[in-house]
Amino acid sequence: MDLFQILSDIEKVDGEVYQRFDTRRQVFRHLSGMGKKVTAATLPGLLSTMFNKAYGQTAALSPIIIDTLNLALGLEYLEFYYYSQGVTSGLFSGNDLDAITIIRDDEQGHINALRMILGSNAIADPTAAAFDYTAGGKLAPFASAALYLGNAQAFVDTGMRAYKGGAANLINNKDILTAALNIHSVEARHSSHVRTMRRGGTGVAGADGGGPNDSLPKSWISLVDGGGPAPVVTAPVYNAGMPATTYPAESNVMQANVNVQTNGSGPAGIAITAAAASEAFDEPLDAATVKTIARNFRSATAPQYLFA
Amino acid sequence: MSHKVLSDQRPLETLVDQPLYSPIKRRSFFMYAGATAGATALVLAGCGKSDSSPGSIDVGSGDFGVLNYAYALEQLESAFYTRVLGGSYFTNLTAGTAEKQIFTDLALHEKIHVDFLRTAISSAGGTPIPTLSPDFSSIDFTSRTSVLGAAQSFEDLGVQAYNGAGRYINSVDYLILAGKIVSVEARHAALIRDLVAYNSFVGPVTGATVTSNAVIDPSTTSATARQEQSKLPSVVLATANTFLANGSKLTATSFG
Repeated sequence: MDLFQILSDIEKVDGEVYQRFDTRRQVFRHLSGMGKKVTAATLPGLLSTMFNKAYGQTAALSPIIIDTLNLALGLEYLEFYYYSQGVTSGLFSGNDLDAITIIRDDEQGHINALRMILGSNAIADPTAAAFDYTAGGKLAPFASAALYLGNAQAFVDTGMRAYKGGAANLINNKDILTAALNIHSVEARHSSHVRTMRRGGTGVAGADGGGPNDSLPKSWISLVDGGGPAPVVTAPVYNAGMPATTYPAESNVMQANVNVQTNGSGPAGIAITAAAASEAFDEPLDAATVKTIARNFRSATAPQYLFA
Repeated sequence: MSHKVLSDQRPLETLVDQPLYSPIKRRSFFMYAGATAGATALVLAGCGKSDSSPGSIDVGSGDFGVLNYAYALEQLESAFYTRVLGGSYFTNLTAGTAEKQIFTDLALHEKIHVDFLRTAISSAGGTPIPTLSPDFSSIDFTSRTSVLGAAQSFEDLGVQAYNGAGRYINSVDYLILAGKIVSVEARHAALIRDLVAYNSFVGPVTGATVTSNAVIDPSTTSATARQEQSKLPSVVLATANTFLANGSKLTATSFG
């Protein structure tokens, strides 16, 4: 790759390009001054940043991207304040307290990152007072570690489905899409660990479909997990959204018109069950259904914009 | 070396996938100014197919290229877990125990993924890459430590790979599918990490402090704060190829 030849070619097309930011000699100082290693992988991003500066473009975010990221941000606040309260609740100690703290810090990081992307378009911090984690008295998440973790699982599984449901809206902004994917997979890691905590640790086997009353959840969603930790409130977290064809229940085994349970044989002669087929894919959820679920956890004084 | 320039005819999203042919018109260059795709396409102008090593398999371009890239990695994972099921670490596990169930599920999920991707590519009119020959000679399938360590590497790599490839997907449908799969791979990765070192689900930790960026950026204030450190295809394949035999090494010359 001949970078100099390419830069010279750009100048042939647009003779004034380099006057727009630096003299040509300074272009290279600009590159090295970015303080990043200039490799084949990083060069495209560095060059695009240079050209963004040259043409004075900081692209405005489209309304759909703003709405999608603000919904994600609202859910991150819901979780951040939940974990902040969990850390000080006295319900946890040792490894489990460390885990809750790690997750809290992750949510803090995600909030900061989303706010940076959204800029002035970000919703205001709703504060802890915006949230009622009892869902109007239906739940008692601070009565025990087990009940706390049940809410935690419902929150993170909702957030994950929201990210998957919103990814399509980000397809035209590759950097934002990548950030959302890189947040989403961390949420998936949280869900996995919270489920492991609920199950009793890495030494306890889970059950297909989560077992009776979701008492032995696997680290992955199996069928509809029996409606989740508190089905009266959490069943929608694992059921279909709207439309159900795009946002099926977590028990779904049809992917791109392929029945993944019967499409192939199992490994080493093991039969593929419906539970396994459902576990292999997590499902997205539409924004409207996500908001309906999240609104259960608005307090009486929550700001109007929260999950609106 | 002949230089290649941007075409002004095609939508922005296809620019990263296509070779560059037509002379650029000055007005069009302004249109694409500031576009990452444009700058990336210019830079990649210098990197031709001659960068592929002989006997290697290129995943191709466009959405089929991304699907084949995913298919290749799922082949590796599925082959690995199926091998695990035949090794004495697994066969010596008591029925009903956690690790017996976990590795059974992992093998099931990856077999489901790999068969699905092959079917999806064919049904959509694409050509799946050939069946790859893995090289697992560095892994001791009689050893819990070796199996868990390899599993951790494969799963973290898979998550980084899917997340890093998302930007190359043009179709919303494929993007959603990739999201559904990486979601489960991340669940896998977290559990395996917890099996290796409890609480390391988002990376190496001391207490509640994430101590390296092996998985996530430990900073809470950077632009990539606490996010997965996704990787571009060339970086992923450099690792994947260490587990692939000669003749099955992969390239992804259309992508970053």
